Amino acid sequence: METIILFAPLVGALLCGFGWRIFGETAAMWIATGMLFLSAALSWIVFLTFDGTTQSIQILRWIESGSLSTDWAIRLDRLTAIMLIVITTVSALVHLYSFGYMDKDPQWKEGETYKPRFFAYLSFFTFAMLMLVTADNLVQMFFGWEGVGVASYLLIGFYYRKPSANAAAIKAFVVNRVGDFGFALGIFALFFLTDSIRFDDIFAAVPTIAETQLTFLWAEWNAANLIAILLFIGAMGKSAQLILHTWLPDAMEGPTPVSALIHAATMVTAGVFLVCRMSPLMEFAPEATAFITILGAATAFFAATVGLVQTDIKRVIAYSTCSQLGYMFVAAGVGVYSVAMFHLFTHAFFKAMLFLGAGSVIHAMHHEQDMMNYGGLRKKIPYTFWAMMIGTLAITGVGIPLTGWIGFAGFASKDAVIESAFASGNGFAFWALVIAALFTSFYSWRLMFLTFYGTPRGDKHTHEHAHESPMVMLIPLGVLSLGAVFAGAIWYSSFFGKTNEVIKFFGGHYEAPAEELKKAVAERSPKASELKYVMEDGPGEAGIYIAPENTILHEAHYVPTWVKLSPFVAMLIGFIVAFWFYIKNPSLPGRLAENQRPLYLFLKNKWYFDELYDVIFVKPAMWIGKQLWKKGDGNVIDGSLNGVAMGIVPFITRLAGRAQSGYIFTYAFAMVIGIAVLVTWMTLSGGAN
Amino acid sequence: MDNLLSIVTFIPALAALILGVFLRGEDEAAQRNAKWVAMFATSATFLVSLFILFEFDPNNTGFQFVEETEWLLGLQYKMGVDGISVLFVMLTTFMMPLVIAASWNVTDRVKEYMIAFLLLETLMLGVFMALDLVLFYLFFEAGLIPMFLIIGIWGGANRIYASFKFFLYTFLGSVLMLVAMVGMFADAGTTDIEQLLTHNFASETFSLLGVQIIGGMQTLLFIAFFASFAVKMPMWPVHTWLPDAHVQAPTAGSVVLAAILLKMGGYGFLRFSIPMFPVGSEVLTPLVLWMSAIAIVYTSLVALVQEDMKKLIAYSSVAHMGFVTMGIFAANQQGIDGAIFQMLSHGFISGALFLCVGVIYDRMHTRDIDAYGGLVTRMPAYALIFMLFTMANVGLPGTSGFVGEFLTLMAVFQVNTWVAAVATTGVIFSAAYALWLYRRVVMGDLIKESLKSITDMSRRERAIFAPLVVMTILLGVYPALILDIIGPSVAALVTQYDTALAAAEAATQLAAN
Repeated sequence: METIILFAPLVGALLCGFGWRIFGETAAMWIATGMLFLSAALSWIVFLTFDGTTQSIQILRWIESGSLSTDWAIRLDRLTAIMLIVITTVSALVHLYSFGYMDKDPQWKEGETYKPRFFAYLSFFTFAMLMLVTADNLVQMFFGWEGVGVASYLLIGFYYRKPSANAAAIKAFVVNRVGDFGFALGIFALFFLTDSIRFDDIFAAVPTIAETQLTFLWAEWNAANLIAILLFIGAMGKSAQLILHTWLPDAMEGPTPVSALIHAATMVTAGVFLVCRMSPLMEFAPEATAFITILGAATAFFAATVGLVQTDIKRVIAYSTCSQLGYMFVAAGVGVYSVAMFHLFTHAFFKAMLFLGAGSVIHAMHHEQDMMNYGGLRKKIPYTFWAMMIGTLAITGVGIPLTGWIGFAGFASKDAVIESAFASGNGFAFWALVIAALFTSFYSWRLMFLTFYGTPRGDKHTHEHAHESPMVMLIPLGVLSLGAVFAGAIWYSSFFGKTNEVIKFFGGHYEAPAEELKKAVAERSPKASELKYVMEDGPGEAGIYIAPENTILHEAHYVPTWVKLSPFVAMLIGFIVAFWFYIKNPSLPGRLAENQRPLYLFLKNKWYFDELYDVIFVKPAMWIGKQLWKKGDGNVIDGSLNGVAMGIVPFITRLAGRAQSGYIFTYAFAMVIGIAVLVTWMTLSGGAN
Repeated sequence: MDNLLSIVTFIPALAALILGVFLRGEDEAAQRNAKWVAMFATSATFLVSLFILFEFDPNNTGFQFVEETEWLLGLQYKMGVDGISVLFVMLTTFMMPLVIAASWNVTDRVKEYMIAFLLLETLMLGVFMALDLVLFYLFFEAGLIPMFLIIGIWGGANRIYASFKFFLYTFLGSVLMLVAMVGMFADAGTTDIEQLLTHNFASETFSLLGVQIIGGMQTLLFIAFFASFAVKMPMWPVHTWLPDAHVQAPTAGSVVLAAILLKMGGYGFLRFSIPMFPVGSEVLTPLVLWMSAIAIVYTSLVALVQEDMKKLIAYSSVAHMGFVTMGIFAANQQGIDGAIFQMLSHGFISGALFLCVGVIYDRMHTRDIDAYGGLVTRMPAYALIFMLFTMANVGLPGTSGFVGEFLTLMAVFQVNTWVAAVATTGVIFSAAYALWLYRRVVMGDLIKESLKSITDMSRRERAIFAPLVVMTILLGVYPALILDIIGPSVAALVTQYDTALAAAEAATQLAAN
């Protein structure tokens, strides 16, 4: 069954991409979509019937060289099962949605066939993403990792006539490659230390790795920390974390269904998945995880600030994604991998829905994306409005405070992240996330108010023709809204319940903790009830690994009440300010931007990261390339050669010019003479026996 | 068949002879005949060579299909293949029919053109099979001549300069090799490669003109061979002949140059340098590793700013060959496996990329990147093929380009993390230059008037690419096809290398006591 889940999208992609001439366009698209629904249905069966035991399914031999042995193989555990349903469900719905969204796309000329290509890319992406999450070794994961990169490249650049789309596509691929640089080195280091790249072998060797010093570049490092950081650099690229985040906003050049599937729900979460997958290693790498926490929190804050002032509806959501990914990394960094996965899971639903909803708005507004030209659309597109409303309630984290789980999906998971951050004792991470929650609420409501409330702005004609989207687009919105409402409440206890529940959900076993540990926890958090359970399994035996000393999951439930209330309060403040700015007093934002011009520009220009990188990396690389070519190859290398050959070359050139006019016999003769001379030379100089 | 190797080697030469002697005239019929004879001969060579592949026993690490006879002037004619060379033979026979097919539109001196390529095939095959120093040298050097002619006669505007640069560079390198060969004969008393492989060349440190030569004789011999192989690879900084040669060569010439001729240097390292001069190799390993790493970064940066498509791909070839030398001199199983894999895979991929350039060059007669743009609208099939090979070129997992790059990097990480880190930056640069090229040629709107009527690939062109596409993906998904064949021989090579080094080490210790 797992094999079918994995390969159905590939078959769909191939049939659709190459077979549409035979089956016809529409049939080809339905084949791809049908394959995805098949995958999704099977994935849910696997997820719901999964008993927690890790399974391994061999498919084919892959790279075997000396002690390196890699297979194409599926590893199925809880982590994989969660990703399976996220990927296939969102992907299937996005396929369906694309029937409506991509129909009569104004980017294309009359008679051009582009839809089968689009569907083939989407299906291919899904296949690569499934490869990534089902991999049983790091190299196969790297295959999926690069595969989704290519699919993303192809889809961002889907409108290949637009120079901006092409530039964004290349940027996405190259920036990701910077991350891959770290990822690859991490893999090499693991192979160097463990002689294997299979997860099972690596996890088993983790305790030894943690005690190994590895000489890398200029210094000796603790191997576990070094490798964790290297792998995380890969995750930073794929998950658009600070420093390597610049590609994600530009990736919005792709069609909106792509943004929903790849740049919100699935591919960008691959980095989080990687960190969770490597949880056995992370548990032994305290410095590395501290770094992950700080960077995640910084990204959550940074992206939220930029989101405050963007006016392109898709860019707002893109920065929001970037910010939410930061939340997930904080959770993973402080050691509550289940919570990271929880937020990943709920985020996939509500963020995919926000993107698809935004797509529906864009579709209604004839591909206008600037929110300054929206306004008052609530009545024109009511279904879309309600879908977006649910998405907004979910992302801002609306729910009943102090219950923990009664609320929209984002409420349960986001609060879990924030509480865990506090329990870990990392004040920076905690406050950054709370402030980011405030900003999130502000920009999300700002988006809602600018789009659906107030008076219509911009082109009158467009507003008059604004129309609700067809059913194929509304059904996916409906399904996703179920997830955005209920996913948090239903799976709350599996991801963020009592320690024993979480361990069981992820296929592990629990036991009573050691007495000293109990005491230590009781001293650290006096309010917490007695620690009853810790994980019994060794590294890698269950879906995630929680070291016995890691009790954050337990302690997070007993943080002070003000901490539990803080995200809710932040959300309220964000809502009120947005309401005041955009409903009560719409002239205020403009005046504020005027007064605080430098700050406004700083945020509007995304902290000037792109400009900075252009000056630091892009321009110098081109300049150095030119210098090496003209000066290095030209002057130095050829120059010195020419110096030697200056006398010879013109002479030979003349000779050759004469030879040119002859017939082939001249050349053949020259060849024979040449060989004869060589043989004679050898013979005379003693080559003969 | 006792003479299988000789049969494979000399079918093309025989065909060349037939063409030279019997074919007369320059009319269309004669041209067609020349093409078909060449096509038939190269295809037959490939089919016969399949027998080598099928009968080859990977677990036997010695030489197989060995032929040995007396030859003129008392020289020895000895041929044979082992796990290291057999796939280079296959690569050559596989590529040549495609090369001939890619030359179908040649109109200038067709007969001579085909003769040159047929002779070239014989000589290249000889290089990979020769088991005698003199024989090897003859094939190795004579191979220069047809290539030199191909560039010089059927090349572009600046062909004379390019062909002489090519000739001088490679020839100057080989003179040193010749001297070294004479020295080896003097020392070992034989030119039989099989025997030389088991001969211990002196490795005691001595001083020459006041300079301490660590590794002694072996180091000197190594350097002499290195001079020749490094140019052939080509390694930085003796690579500048390659871009010029590629730019001026006709498409088919570029394909042969990139796909096969460049592999002779790597093959030479594996056949001579590593097994015969282990101590010398080890002494100079840091130098070679750094030259490789620099090559990868340097040429990638240079590729970034090229305006000529062929030059760009040529520079990218140099970068990819950097991975090969790096893998070879990491001198462990993954490194050498990876290096051989990379060479074979690069044969398909770079060959295909030069063919890609050829397709549009045939239509527009320019290699200027700026002259193109938006081809995807009129040439979707071409866009797809070009995309596949662009991705293979940047080492995308699932294509054959990945396996070699990955293995060599993994191998060098075990030896020197600095070199590994510097070389790994190559994955970033290669993505940048390759996708930037693709974007400027294929993507964008088709606005240039001259391109408005460009046509997509013909049936012949598609047929040429088909086998390359299959190989690139097949080897990427199931690399065991190659690794199973080369594995045991490489393992033996690595063991022999390590043993020799340990023995030399022990001898030095003993002398010191």
